[in-house]
Amino acid sequence: MKSFQYVIKDELGLHARPAGMLAKQAKNYESEITITKNDKTVVCTKLMAMMGMCVKKGDTVTVAVNGADEDTAFDDIKKFFEENL
Amino acid sequence: MVKLIGKGVYSAIAIGNISVIKKSYAETSEIKADDKNKERIRLENAKNEAVSQIKKIYEKALTDAGEETAQIFDIHLMMIEDEDYNDAISALIDEGYTAEYSVAETGKNFAQSFADMDDEYMKARSADIKDISDRILSCLSGKKDDNRSQRENLIICADDLSPSETMSIDRDKVIAFVTAFGSPNSHTAILARSIGIPAIIGMGKDFLQKLTDGEKAIVDGETGELILSPDKETLEVKSKKQAEEKQEKALIEENRGKENITLDGTRIDVFANIGNPQNVISAIENDAGGIGLFRSEFIYLDKERYPTEEEQFEIYKTVLSEMKGKKVIIRTLDIGADKNVEYFGIPREENPALGLRAIRLCLDRPEIFETQLRALFRASVHGNLGIMFPMISSVNELIEAKRICDKIKNELKSDNIPYDENTEIGIMVETPAAAVISDKLAKHCDFFSIGTNDLTQYTTACDRQNPYLDKFCDTENTAVLRLIEYTARSAHENGIWVGICGEMAADTSLTEKFLRMGIDELSVTPSFVLRVRDKIRKTNLKGHPGK
Repeated sequence: MKSFQYVIKDELGLHARPAGMLAKQAKNYESEITITKNDKTVVCTKLMAMMGMCVKKGDTVTVAVNGADEDTAFDDIKKFFEENL
Repeated sequence: MVKLIGKGVYSAIAIGNISVIKKSYAETSEIKADDKNKERIRLENAKNEAVSQIKKIYEKALTDAGEETAQIFDIHLMMIEDEDYNDAISALIDEGYTAEYSVAETGKNFAQSFADMDDEYMKARSADIKDISDRILSCLSGKKDDNRSQRENLIICADDLSPSETMSIDRDKVIAFVTAFGSPNSHTAILARSIGIPAIIGMGKDFLQKLTDGEKAIVDGETGELILSPDKETLEVKSKKQAEEKQEKALIEENRGKENITLDGTRIDVFANIGNPQNVISAIENDAGGIGLFRSEFIYLDKERYPTEEEQFEIYKTVLSEMKGKKVIIRTLDIGADKNVEYFGIPREENPALGLRAIRLCLDRPEIFETQLRALFRASVHGNLGIMFPMISSVNELIEAKRICDKIKNELKSDNIPYDENTEIGIMVETPAAAVISDKLAKHCDFFSIGTNDLTQYTTACDRQNPYLDKFCDTENTAVLRLIEYTARSAHENGIWVGICGEMAADTSLTEKFLRMGIDELSVTPSFVLRVRDKIRKTNLKGHPGK
């Protein structure tokens, strides 16, 4: 398992649009990708659950990648956060 | 003639016929199903049909309203495939419920959980969930996409409109939206703005009963009026206003997205003055580069007690986030003189314009000032904030106000509450004294904003609210212009920027003069932003001064 921490920079936080893009992207991998904020963990393929976390600007989240293709997935997802959030 | 009032969300006028929309599918009738497999197949088919409808709406939105609006439907497509949502529906079907009941119930539960969230943006998302659920339900009932009546010039009236309803409506026939509910962040409001037709929200829950389908009506998105069966006179007034608006819009469209740059290449900022958070929308609509003056008084004027730090923080945060990193200058409390509030208990004054007001009141009652500053600094991390003190007339006042700022920052630091260390601190130059000592003041702040209304009143000793003095109040007063020029020079010699936020800033006959003085920013009423931009873009500062 690989994981990284990330502080959200987007003004609106993890709102519908990036959450939707993330859910789409997360479906591309065999690995399970999760996002955690304050002890609450959600699988990244679940759009509504992610929106329900109310991740806002300035929040720190932990993203974990676990599975066969975790190396590629880790790099891609990290890049996704840096570019979109 | 009947006049109903709501909240206008897009300033334009429409004259046409009322068209009332009521939700077509009623409560789902059957609850229990006999054949679970049949329900699963019905759900599957309805969902597929719903997906293909949303895809069509997405395409339509993309051409009609642009990428940003179309995104909403892209998100609907993802929401409708959401695992938790689908699992919840399937679970109900497995328990023996009909597809209709399962979708309606799941939609209601998910929408409710979003509505309960502690975040305005997420609350508004509950409409998206209702929308996709309604669509599946409508597909289950076997209804085709609604083709609204053959009539034209429709003023669509409804309790609330879902995003896809708003988008599916034929734009050539619809000229306005009016809804009983909704917020300025609701889809109806956002879509109406992006399409550019007037909308009024918040008419109240019984308003549909007051309407007759096909009745002639006027919608004024600026005043929030819905006028039913208007008389001839009203019709003429509003038609004239509509024609003027069209002309204005043409000018606006021409200048939208362009730079505030003169023919010879001088660039300046054109910002907007606002008095409450709702005006932010109009600042953005009019393409303002930032907020040059946010009058914080309304927060105090609205109430019968002092606003709390939390109340203020939420408002500042909202404005800062909505401006997405563009400059937002918030002026601290400017109460006193013509803006008095009872609970402040300001003693009766012989001469309120020269009395205990603005920064004087704040320094006299630091507890009020500190609450506001704390809210401001806390909000500073949500955007690009500038804090501005009104009515400064001596260096000591500025130093004292800044000392209180430092005190608040230290408190926040020791409480581990984040704030933006680079928050700019500036002052209004609106007393002749401030203009005359602007060279000294400039050494203690990051910017000046010249308030020409008070500066003119104090310089000329003319009460601006006294109608008998009109002929003596020469707005192009040389004395005032000299003070502005000197203030601009002081600012630049000390390496700070200077703007104008009074009425004069919007007077395009003065724009060239201000540009020649080197003014860096003009802050005007939102609807004047593009007019001023137009003037700037036609000005040439090379060669002889023009008229």
